[in-house]
Amino acid sequence: MRLNLFLSTVCVLGLAATTLVQAQSATQSLNGGPSQQQARQQPAQNGGPIEVEIDQGVLRPFQIAVAPFSGQNGASIAEVLSGDLRRSGFFEPINPASFIETGLTLANAPNFPQWTQIGAQAVLYGSVTPRPDGRNDVGFRLYDPYRQCQLVSYNFIATPEQWRRIAHKIADVVYQRMTGESGFFDSRIIYVAESGTELNRLSRLAIVDQDGYNPVFLTDGSEIILTPRFSSNPDEIVYMALGEDYSRIYLYNLTTGRRENLGEFDGQPLAPRYSPDGSKVAFSIIRGGNTDVYVMDLQTRRLSRLTSDPGIDTSPSFSPDGSRLVFNSDRSGTPRLYVMNADGSGQRPISRGGGSYTAPAWSPRGDLIAFTKSGGGQFGIGVMAPDGSGERMLSRSYFEEGPSWAPNGRYLMFSRQTRGGDTNLWMVDLSGRVIAQSGYQGRGSDPAWSPLLDETSANLGAGDPDACDA
Amino acid sequence: MMTASRTAKVVLIGLSVVAMAACAPRRPVEGATGETGTGTNVPAYPGPGTGGIEGGGIGAGAPGSQQDFVVNVGDRIYFDLDSYSVSPEAYPRLDAQAQWLQRYPQVTVRIEGNADERGTREYNLALGARRAESIRNYLIERGVSAGRIDTISFGKERPIAQGASEEAWARNRNGHTAIVSGAN
Repeated sequence: MRLNLFLSTVCVLGLAATTLVQAQSATQSLNGGPSQQQARQQPAQNGGPIEVEIDQGVLRPFQIAVAPFSGQNGASIAEVLSGDLRRSGFFEPINPASFIETGLTLANAPNFPQWTQIGAQAVLYGSVTPRPDGRNDVGFRLYDPYRQCQLVSYNFIATPEQWRRIAHKIADVVYQRMTGESGFFDSRIIYVAESGTELNRLSRLAIVDQDGYNPVFLTDGSEIILTPRFSSNPDEIVYMALGEDYSRIYLYNLTTGRRENLGEFDGQPLAPRYSPDGSKVAFSIIRGGNTDVYVMDLQTRRLSRLTSDPGIDTSPSFSPDGSRLVFNSDRSGTPRLYVMNADGSGQRPISRGGGSYTAPAWSPRGDLIAFTKSGGGQFGIGVMAPDGSGERMLSRSYFEEGPSWAPNGRYLMFSRQTRGGDTNLWMVDLSGRVIAQSGYQGRGSDPAWSPLLDETSANLGAGDPDACDA
Repeated sequence: MMTASRTAKVVLIGLSVVAMAACAPRRPVEGATGETGTGTNVPAYPGPGTGGIEGGGIGAGAPGSQQDFVVNVGDRIYFDLDSYSVSPEAYPRLDAQAQWLQRYPQVTVRIEGNADERGTREYNLALGARRAESIRNYLIERGVSAGRIDTISFGKERPIAQGASEEAWARNRNGHTAIVSGAN
């Protein structure tokens, strides 16, 4: 897919109401400043659109200048959002030490030549202003110094303690404006934190911000925790726990801390995943050594059996429209990926290559299925279309497993273990070129990416007189 | 923090021979090191060179005790890579388990299926379950009533041998017969 960075059509995000963070359109909140008109200098046409081959990865990251915001935690906000943009692989924030112009205010446009001189393809700056209600108003503008026009302006209103989330949300707006794809920075990762030794390992359910900050343990280590997954509501998760003599699936509400056993089954339950609307959980039950896929309606607690062959059928994952599931089965001898309808009908294999395919995860965009593939003494993370075509590997190493999709369907997080070493969380983009340990650097496995914590209704620069697309 | 039961479990595995899991002492685990020839109390199964677990000082247990079962019968059998069928090498031990269980008919057991680390988490749980079921079926064929045998799979979550070696993986592909109740 070829995307023009400077879209000629205005893209307005969905208008879902925000909860924790109140968003207003820039034209609403930033109007009325005494110097407003100065910020609306005549945009000069200069230079053509810059294009990024998103599917091919980044050949040269986009040079962005992120000036320290003025006001409370302003410098930290700029640092956090710069880190987000850098980790995405699409952006290379310019070292602020090289900035010529300093002291930018929202009332004024940047001095464009001073930014083009240092190679900035975009300039981001903003301010944090206290409000009478105790919250802060964080406004920002993003300019194209070559074309000398405004790419986006926006503001968020939130409590001072929420400055990190504000930084992530600004990064999401910038990412969306520059790539045409929704962002993924205002999200969290639920994972299994590991400690102790190989033979005396402690595993705890934990949650952390996407960039690795604010890790919190949610269980005490008395059970072995496996495979936590988010619902479409980022407050709700499902996970598996192994005790001394039991195996359970728990539903857990992150806000209330309420934990509920999904049920007592005739057999051992494993591999839970929510349906896209959060109304059902698909999982497997092992009975008499045979593992099959079931789905439970959370309202009625009615259990339906979806597979019944003698092979291992597990790791079900719904398509984003809920109409189908991908799962893995060794009914043909080796583990392969299969797709079936939500009622269990129409089961058919989709993976075509040799080796073992396990742990599939359907992309939230619906276009791809990620999986773990082993063979030749290595394990890797790959993707294929839902019909099995276009398989490509994004990563390979001694051991890695369990890909989980970023909310925008362009990145995967997974766990990787070095030979005889620790297990950590890694992230790869769909090109396979952007690959690095995730923001969270501690020991952990089984990462699951949350949906965006709430949607931002950003007016991407439309309506401003100096908007690039005006 | 680790619970008492989990600690007990690990000590049981680490020392290979302790009296009762329920009253196992809280001691640091002496992990397997992968060294050869030091596992004096480790059953010489699946073969020499897989030891390294320290332990000792405990004689044969009283007849019908858990210790008796662990030391004199052997509570674990091993599986080939990606396999869940009981290998002929394991027949004598499972035969002995069946005989012991028939001698002490009040004992109930839980067969725990385990897999090595070279597999993905959920698939390994399913694989471990097949191993546990194979052992259960074997014991039933040898006359142990089905109602006395429960099963669970721990997948790759409960390794007994440390290290990324063929030897460690071979030991971690096992089925463990744990006594639940009824032992002397």
